[in-house]
Amino acid sequence: MSEAVLSVENLSLRYRVPGGTVAALRNVSLAVRQGEVLGIAGESGCGKSTLASAMIDLMGANAEITSGAVCLNGCDILSLPRAERRRLRGREIAMVFQDPMTAFSPVLTVGAQLVDFQFNLDGVTGREKWSRARDMLARVGLSDPDLAMGRFPHELSGGMRQRAAIAAALLMRPAVLIADEPTTALDVTMEAQIVHLLRELQADYQCAIVIVTHHLGVIAELCDRVAVMYAGEVVEEAPVDALYHDPRHPYTRALLSCDPAGIEAATGRLPAIGGRLPDLSDLPPGCTFAARCGIATDRCRTVPPPCVALGPDRSALCHEVAP
Amino acid sequence: MLRYAIKRIALAFVILITVMLAMYAMVFLVPGDPASLALGPRATPELKELLRERMGLDEPVLMQVWHFFHNALTGDLGYDVWSKRPVLDQILEFFPNTLILGITALGWAVVLGIALGCAAVVWRGTVTDRLLGVLSVGLISVPAFVVAIYAILIFAVWLRWLPAIGAGTPGDIGSQIRALILPAFALGIGWVGYLARLVRASLLEVMGENYIRTARAFGLPERRVVFRYALRVAIIPTIALLAVGLGSILSSAVFVETVFGRPGIGTLITGAVQKRNYPVVMGTVLFMTAFYLFIVTAADLLIARLDPRVRDVFRR
Amino acid sequence: MSSGGKFRVLRALLSDPMGALGLILVLLFVAMALFAPWVAPADPIKLNVMEKFQPPSLSHLAGTDQLGRDLLSRIIFGARTALSIALTSVGLAGLGGLILGMIAGFGPRWLDALLVLAFDSMSSLPMIMFALAVITIVGPGTGTLILVVVLVSIPAYARLIRAQTLSLAGADFIVAERAMGASSARILFRHLLPNVVGPLVILLSMDVPIVIMLEAGLSYLNLGVRPPTPSWGNILYDGYTSIRAAPYMVLIAGLPLVLSTLGFTFLGEGLRDALDPKLRRGAAR
Repeated sequence: MSEAVLSVENLSLRYRVPGGTVAALRNVSLAVRQGEVLGIAGESGCGKSTLASAMIDLMGANAEITSGAVCLNGCDILSLPRAERRRLRGREIAMVFQDPMTAFSPVLTVGAQLVDFQFNLDGVTGREKWSRARDMLARVGLSDPDLAMGRFPHELSGGMRQRAAIAAALLMRPAVLIADEPTTALDVTMEAQIVHLLRELQADYQCAIVIVTHHLGVIAELCDRVAVMYAGEVVEEAPVDALYHDPRHPYTRALLSCDPAGIEAATGRLPAIGGRLPDLSDLPPGCTFAARCGIATDRCRTVPPPCVALGPDRSALCHEVAP
Repeated sequence: MLRYAIKRIALAFVILITVMLAMYAMVFLVPGDPASLALGPRATPELKELLRERMGLDEPVLMQVWHFFHNALTGDLGYDVWSKRPVLDQILEFFPNTLILGITALGWAVVLGIALGCAAVVWRGTVTDRLLGVLSVGLISVPAFVVAIYAILIFAVWLRWLPAIGAGTPGDIGSQIRALILPAFALGIGWVGYLARLVRASLLEVMGENYIRTARAFGLPERRVVFRYALRVAIIPTIALLAVGLGSILSSAVFVETVFGRPGIGTLITGAVQKRNYPVVMGTVLFMTAFYLFIVTAADLLIARLDPRVRDVFRR
Repeated sequence: MSSGGKFRVLRALLSDPMGALGLILVLLFVAMALFAPWVAPADPIKLNVMEKFQPPSLSHLAGTDQLGRDLLSRIIFGARTALSIALTSVGLAGLGGLILGMIAGFGPRWLDALLVLAFDSMSSLPMIMFALAVITIVGPGTGTLILVVVLVSIPAYARLIRAQTLSLAGADFIVAERAMGASSARILFRHLLPNVVGPLVILLSMDVPIVIMLEAGLSYLNLGVRPPTPSWGNILYDGYTSIRAAPYMVLIAGLPLVLSTLGFTFLGEGLRDALDPKLRRGAAR
């Protein structure tokens, strides 16, 4: 395996809110290598979308990075001047957003926007940008790309729009593609098609892909490695097969047992994780999952858990796992 | 769309008829005879009688109401009691002047207001933004006719750059334009602040949309994001407001026109009020209300036609 | 709003420079109006033709007008005219809007429809046009001015109250209270009033400058307050007629109008920010 293309090191981020701060990310470290697909899983509010926007430097105005670095090809992009960070976007690192309904401006044609999105591509004329965009639309499977270029977004179907959004992200052959819940807003058939498309494109372009989703099925289909997040921390990181067959962190186990696709026995009740996410503006002293954990001890409730290495590429944030 | 259009137009007519009824009722509810009020205490009975006849006050009330409605809806607004000229002729003679003034005033206000609103968003959260905010509120609250008088003092009396009164020599475009500058400045300045605020607010709302995030995610410069992606959507409520703006700016032109002694609807109606020239006052008020309703309804329909998604937003 | 909310609002208002400036200006003009006979250096109506067109000096701080009247005193008494008309008419309109809005929101459907049509018709009438029509019929004067403002402003207040009433009428806790036999009056006064006071006050204070402007404008046209009663509008008119002979007159006569409308608008803006933090400017995302 080659060097990491994109790595997040010890990243902590908080949001300023009226009356205090919310610790949205705490000491998150992750890396994705060239040609690798990394999945980030977790329930809503665990910080996975915040992490995705931090990777492309698009946090809200009230976000504040308190420590850590985001490195692209070994260079910390957070320490670069604003203009240079902007130059990287789209060209080195691109993003596909969750909601294809609203990802495009409703008052510009798809073609006009795809041309605009190649802003950071130097030495290419407008005409070339147009034909690059057209070719990319054809590549992602739009049957009549010339027609689609002249259409307004609301004239395309949801699946076509998401394909167009993926085309947009790949336009400048970025080294890293971040997809934030790329299939959540789509129906099941569309989802399968988009998953298939992403896998195909990944094989073609060999870019690194980070997929953020709460959908464990999508991760199983697409990813090489998974990071499971809980309350702003990565609690377990493992190759995808290992994680599904042998989850180690109690939260991962609970999460997998809740996935309807994984429930084999016919039961009348759907399993759920008891309790709620901790208050991120007032965290407990020990492990954040302790309150909901079945095997928590007094130590879990008072001492923050260590990151335990569980073999190559595998680790968990827990007192109770053994290497 | 058709049902919406019919509903909208019907509502405009209902409102217009209500307004006419209310005004007519008011004339009768007020104690005193309009003819004697108009002529003052020293008028002779013969003169009063003549005036009553000219105002149509000698007929039975129901007949008067019928005539009033019938005539108004067919475009006959009655006759000036003093000069006997048809009221509609006078209005049509003066209205273009007022329209030109209103459009010029709104025009420059739109250009500057949108520019200031965008500037506030590009530099949002900074001192510039705060100052622009205070400036906008200030501009909104300063009365137009005070601005008009100060403008006359500075540019006409002290600097002698521009004429203080009148609408310029007929046929001489240059002098007409020179005579238009100060009134249009005074009338439009409040709208600069108003539009700057509106554009800023609606831009900020749009800036939270996902497609703005997309544009940023592809590294588009902030200025391009604001002008090309946000402004195009944010401008829609502004256009809707402009119609209302033109309707109301024409009425508020009354004071500015009087200060500058500009022939127009304002000078026509204030002159008529001072002489208690009922038909002229009523006719003008009716005309302006009808014009206002027409323009607001037309704008609503136009926006509904242009953007079907907006139709629901503007429906109350 | 929590108890002791008044002080919280005042503190929030004063922490905003614009709101604080607005409050100071408004208090200044209110004091001017209240204590006019004591603070004015001279009689605002007394003529002294020998001293006409005197530029500002120590004996006449703002100079004198074409009839030799002390300009500063006329402006101070003009504050009395402007504020008494503005506050009376806006207050009456607020009260009328409150009552009509509650009737529309809580009353039978047909009455609601009728009132809404009346409000719509009223607000399609350009205010100045309507004022001129009423003046023609009733004749100019202070009473006419108040009548016009009350009629013109009621729809906006009534709409606000009606919307609040309607949204509240469907709320669960109101349905529960009704089920338990609470009277409409009890519901209106215990639950509705506290909820609408804030927005109503904001709207009222934003309307004061409009009324001040209308009063001055109509008095300027000699269709409002009749001379010799001092009004900022007729002072401005006097200044305008002698703009070449005594330019200081318009210059000074315009100031109270500019400052008072600015003051009330700033106060209204500040109040809105203080009462409703959600609407705070700059809270973009």
